[in-house]
Amino acid sequence: MAVELDDLTEAERKALAQCRHAVLGTERPLRLDCGVDLGPYRVAYQTYGTLNADKSNAVLICHALTLDQFVAEQHPVTGKEGWWESLVGPGKVIDPAHYFVICVNVLGGCMGTTGPLAREPASGAPWNLRFPVVTVGDMVRAQAALLDHLGIPDLFCVIGGSLGGMQVLEWAASYPARVFSAVPIACAARHSAQNIAFHEVGRQAIMADPDWRGGDYRLHQTAPARGLAVARMTAHITYLSEQALQRKFGRALQDRNALGFGFDADFQVESYLRYQGSSFVDRFDANSYLYITRAMDYFDLAGAHGGVLANAFRGTPTRYCLMSFTSDWLFPTRESREIVHALNAAAANVSFVEVESDKGHDAFLLEEPEMFRTLAGFLKGAGTVRGLKDVP
Amino acid sequence: MNAAIRVDLQLIADMVSPATRALDVGCGDGSLLAYLVDFKRVDARGMELSQAGVNACVANGLSVIQGDADADLRDYPDDAFDYVILSQTLQATREPREVLRQMLRVGKRAIVSFPNFAHWQVRLRLVFGGRMPETPSLPFKWYDTPNIHLCSIDDFRALCRDMGVRIERAIVLDRASRPINLPPLLANLLGEQAVFMLRRD
Repeated sequence: MAVELDDLTEAERKALAQCRHAVLGTERPLRLDCGVDLGPYRVAYQTYGTLNADKSNAVLICHALTLDQFVAEQHPVTGKEGWWESLVGPGKVIDPAHYFVICVNVLGGCMGTTGPLAREPASGAPWNLRFPVVTVGDMVRAQAALLDHLGIPDLFCVIGGSLGGMQVLEWAASYPARVFSAVPIACAARHSAQNIAFHEVGRQAIMADPDWRGGDYRLHQTAPARGLAVARMTAHITYLSEQALQRKFGRALQDRNALGFGFDADFQVESYLRYQGSSFVDRFDANSYLYITRAMDYFDLAGAHGGVLANAFRGTPTRYCLMSFTSDWLFPTRESREIVHALNAAAANVSFVEVESDKGHDAFLLEEPEMFRTLAGFLKGAGTVRGLKDVP
Repeated sequence: MNAAIRVDLQLIADMVSPATRALDVGCGDGSLLAYLVDFKRVDARGMELSQAGVNACVANGLSVIQGDADADLRDYPDDAFDYVILSQTLQATREPREVLRQMLRVGKRAIVSFPNFAHWQVRLRLVFGGRMPETPSLPFKWYDTPNIHLCSIDDFRALCRDMGVRIERAIVLDRASRPINLPPLLANLLGEQAVFMLRRD
């Protein structure tokens, strides 16, 4: 089968060796929003815990732009701890002893799920930039197809931050009967002009790198590392807050006592960003970055429902808990509030908590006790209504 | 599960039929919500102005959002709830009449409790003390009170008449939060607070 014949990248090989995967769309391809039928395609995913007898304890975690399915374990490529290990694991808020936790690498990703790195099944040629542009809706439909494949009728909870939060909203809007509860964190129902603008800077940096080669860098055995690093540096700034940068770095100098009167990394903040950029290129694919940022740009839940966000949630049976962070300027609180207004207009069961934090957008990935308490309380309340036993 | 809640909240809870839908506007620490959920199987939601209050409620498994009665009732569709509850908050809203109208649009019934500004203690302090009244149910200085639209029980009845709202029940409470059964004139003098259940006529 064509998808099995992929010449996997080193990162994909390591990822797939450490997680599960399924080949889907062989009989019935996935109809993408752009009109292309995709199939077969591979979905790489990880699970923690076990599905209970009545299949009522499945929790789907949706990952953000550059994260992946390795939520709660050492990462096969970077060796770092799981990106939400503070939240998911034994004794944690999302304890695999109680929940069957699933996380799926998004469509278009580069940790084992089909994306621009794969080969087009029909021709056998690498997709690269010929890979169809995918949307958040496509990502979610691929996840739903995986649940069908796994025989999981519905999800106790879908949780995610940022792009993950967009997926949560898409899940609730597209599969209301399959989502018992939903926790969209630090996200928006549509990507703002400013956010699209930042993404465009990142994409242009990648495409301006001569090693990008129109997306065919692997054929030329190159990689647009400088472009991807600049993209990451730009994006990383948007994940932090002015206060956090000031607190962490101020104007402190890097390994020197005086200004260098040159363009080395004089300041600690420069050195930090350079490190963030250079370490990113070792674990992420440049074309994947183009595709996933595009999916976020295209996300507009109201637009897909006649311009009225509430229409996306009409009659929704799902219990919602939204969270935002005071210093997040990428997905500010007002974006979450707009979703809350729409959910109220649909008379949905909704909770909304704004967490006080100076850590910017990144706060959702960090130790934020208020977020943990909120999530624990919400899951407990939802679990009681769901009739989940043995949940603390 | 703690069954003990404030007496006026208990009175409100007793007015709510089991297994209905209710919205508690200004739900505070969520004690009424928790009671309705735990003991009456009510699909109860809350709205609270203070973010700290909201966070505490949600951490206790309650469905609560940050919002205020003046601005945020408008979002909800007609008849979204069986009851919309506003306890000890009406007097702090910018437009009490509009808030009541919205409550009765969003809910089939509205339950409202408020301190009675015609209570004899209030009258005495103003008439003979010559100072703005401070009582257990009105514990603020004139300059820091959130209560900008205080009314008496009779004022409230008049507003209901004016709005064409039917009063289904009216309970007047004394200083110990015990229900008292008196003719309206006396109730307006001796009642420290009142709980009304209203519905659109």
